[in-house]
Amino acid sequence: MMVDKEVKALEDALEKIWNIAIRNGLDPFPVRFEIVPAAVMYEIGSYALPGRYSHWTFGKAYHRMKTMYDLGLSKIYEVVINTNPAYAFLLETNSLLQNMMVMAHVLGHVDFFKNNIYFSKTNRRMIDSASLHAQRISEYEFKYGRKVIEEFLDAVLSIEEHVDPDFFINKKQPSSKQASAVATSAYDDLWNLDKLKQTKTDKVEKKTERKDLPTKDLVYFIMQNSPVLEDWQRDIMAMIHDEMLYFVPQMQTKIMNEGWASYWHARIMRELDLDTKDHLEFAELHSSVVSPHKNQLNPYYLGYKIFEDIERRWNEPTKEEREKYGRKGGEGRAKIFEVRELDNDISFLRNYLTRELCEELDLFVYQLVDEEDWKITDKNWQKVRDTLVSNMTNFGFPYIEVVDDDYNRNRELFLRHRYEGVELDIPYAKKVLEYVYKLWGRTVHLETVVDNETTVYRFNGKDHSED
Amino acid sequence: MTVQRNDWSLQRKGIMDQERHRERVREAIRKNLGSIVSNESIILSDGKKTVKIPIRSLDEYKFRYNYRKQKQVGQGNGNSKVGDVIAKEAKPGKGATGQGSAGSAAGQEYYEAEVDIDELAGLIFEDLQLPYLQEKAKKAIPSTQTKFTEIRRAGVLSNLDKRRTILENIRRNARERKKAEIGGFKKEDLRFKTWEQDVKYESNAVVIAMMDVSGSMGEFKKYVARSFYFWMVRFLKTKYDNVDIVFISHHTEAKEVTEEQFFTQGESGGTVVSSAYKLALSIIKERYNPRDWNIYPFHFSDGDNYYSDNDEAVKLADELISTCNLFGYGEIGDEGASSYRRSSGALLSIFRDNLKKKDRFIGVRIDSKEDVYPALKQFFGKRGTRI
Repeated sequence: MMVDKEVKALEDALEKIWNIAIRNGLDPFPVRFEIVPAAVMYEIGSYALPGRYSHWTFGKAYHRMKTMYDLGLSKIYEVVINTNPAYAFLLETNSLLQNMMVMAHVLGHVDFFKNNIYFSKTNRRMIDSASLHAQRISEYEFKYGRKVIEEFLDAVLSIEEHVDPDFFINKKQPSSKQASAVATSAYDDLWNLDKLKQTKTDKVEKKTERKDLPTKDLVYFIMQNSPVLEDWQRDIMAMIHDEMLYFVPQMQTKIMNEGWASYWHARIMRELDLDTKDHLEFAELHSSVVSPHKNQLNPYYLGYKIFEDIERRWNEPTKEEREKYGRKGGEGRAKIFEVRELDNDISFLRNYLTRELCEELDLFVYQLVDEEDWKITDKNWQKVRDTLVSNMTNFGFPYIEVVDDDYNRNRELFLRHRYEGVELDIPYAKKVLEYVYKLWGRTVHLETVVDNETTVYRFNGKDHSED
Repeated sequence: MTVQRNDWSLQRKGIMDQERHRERVREAIRKNLGSIVSNESIILSDGKKTVKIPIRSLDEYKFRYNYRKQKQVGQGNGNSKVGDVIAKEAKPGKGATGQGSAGSAAGQEYYEAEVDIDELAGLIFEDLQLPYLQEKAKKAIPSTQTKFTEIRRAGVLSNLDKRRTILENIRRNARERKKAEIGGFKKEDLRFKTWEQDVKYESNAVVIAMMDVSGSMGEFKKYVARSFYFWMVRFLKTKYDNVDIVFISHHTEAKEVTEEQFFTQGESGGTVVSSAYKLALSIIKERYNPRDWNIYPFHFSDGDNYYSDNDEAVKLADELISTCNLFGYGEIGDEGASSYRRSSGALLSIFRDNLKKKDRFIGVRIDSKEDVYPALKQFFGKRGTRI
């Protein structure tokens, strides 16, 4: 247990850390740090927000994380919440030095939350909203029964990631998205496949296109247009939609956000005059956070290395860079601040993951070969970069959109997976179709590509079929 | 900018939702008993206390990529080369079942719940028991029970029998004051319960487990029989303290074996079912007098009996039935084969047509692992219970 004296020591350290951060140009929201026991830490970690609604999936995550902690297999050092003021939670068993590093790390995160463009629309009072949501959902549980709510949430959560990150922009100009979608020529082959299909089903007259379709925001679209949902169900969907929009920027910037926070905890800790013993402890801790995992990519490490690399390249540009791009040198700091403001993971990797870095980090592409071995299949740095970027597109989820909500002139829902070379997990997709059926109440279709052939899966409430 | 510590002791959400999750696990287990009963990792668990059970309904289904067809990016330690194998894909369905067909295309990793094997047995046996259990004399299996049997005037206050004490009080009042009412308790009103150890005699039961280990019993068939007996043994050991079990394995000849041999030995050769029944009858004659014992012979075979032995088998089966409470016969088909593709012997239908006392015969056909649980229920169902 931490006594008040230690809280005082932390406060003193925090003041120093804060001053160093501000002096270096960081611009975070004010932060409220709370020291919590492990059980609370893991609870907040598994719900991603304190006071969030109840669902067994959180319980499952909590149980898993807590067990890992109890067995000494993994440990969360901090959780930080994107609000204003920001909240950060420290584990009460952390040492003073660990907590100092964690606080410096947290300031990096909070600066990122405040200044990165992708966070500009996030609800900075999300903790309040989340607990209001929790309260409303628990009232619904009381009114309609726990099982009923749980089953409904199961269905909604199966598609929760399918919201539109540009939701706020789209609402104002609903038709702009559609135009751009049609203009994308990268999918020409798909559009053609689509036309082939249309000739087959030509009997079904083509209706006038709706302005809000296609849309990738399944949650919002179903909430608005489902023929069967009751008011409380739409309300729950609206809440989940709200929360997902809040989480989307974090999903879009994981590598950057962790990289930025790690960059800053390293800088700040270096500026604190640590004695040798503390410095050793810090060095050990730092290297455990930003070290490569065996064969896996550690987002902390990758982001950290890229930020350092950018800073170096803009501080000491090569002759070529000076001539070609007009870099003057000494602009490293300014450049990384610009990057933290304007990029997300995809543009970050596309723009700043260089050949030298790929080689230094020993990155590779691997895949399953002959259904047996996971083998390294490529070390070409562009392939590595492109694979990373493509796996991160749509924050790692397949891009699914609603294309028709009156299919067969029968208010059936038609979803399309924008296939870009990686197939869906079909058993899973079928299960999700069952959930979507629950939300839509009529036959749900999903068009995707399997073994290079366009295939439509559907679920009519009783049976699955495909063609 | 502050550092605080607050009292979080009332925070219980994680624990509550963890409980919700547990409930779902139990519910899912109940619904999936059919496939859990024949789950390899349990049957082959060799005395482990907990087992991992894959539970599909606890997956969080999402639209996701087929990871087996997706390229990933990894990081080496500085000298990785193209062609290096960094991991092996877990092979689906290795072990006794041969090829695991279910869901091998994608979505391999599903949620595994770690469950206590006793808890699991409890769920499975919730409403199973030995049928046709009859009171039989002698060599009783003693089970002691504490029973309150007597009323005394002195005793420990915690054993006060309030109802009788009040009655005595009313009686005394009626006697002494001519008024039947409660009140003015005296020491002489008090009545205490006392107990005694009651030795209860339960019926004896012996199960004669017979299994065909002939060449025609393939891996799958043996596995099915094995999983059936695995649960049967567990069931008997939990519900009845001292049930005897005799293991007989046979091909053309039968012999009594130990439990371990019974489950692990493989043999070859043809099938002469009557050999097992003959041995069973002689064991019964020597050791388990039907007057004293409830006898349950169970036999698993693929039904591929020598044609010439069928008459003898039926005759001996009839004899078994007349000495036993219930005779169970399970015929195990080829995995996935439906009933019209019966193998040549088809002892089951011969039994069904020719046995005399059919109400004491239960024959089931098992074609897939999922049939094991229904078979268990059929054998150990509540029907016909006489105590």
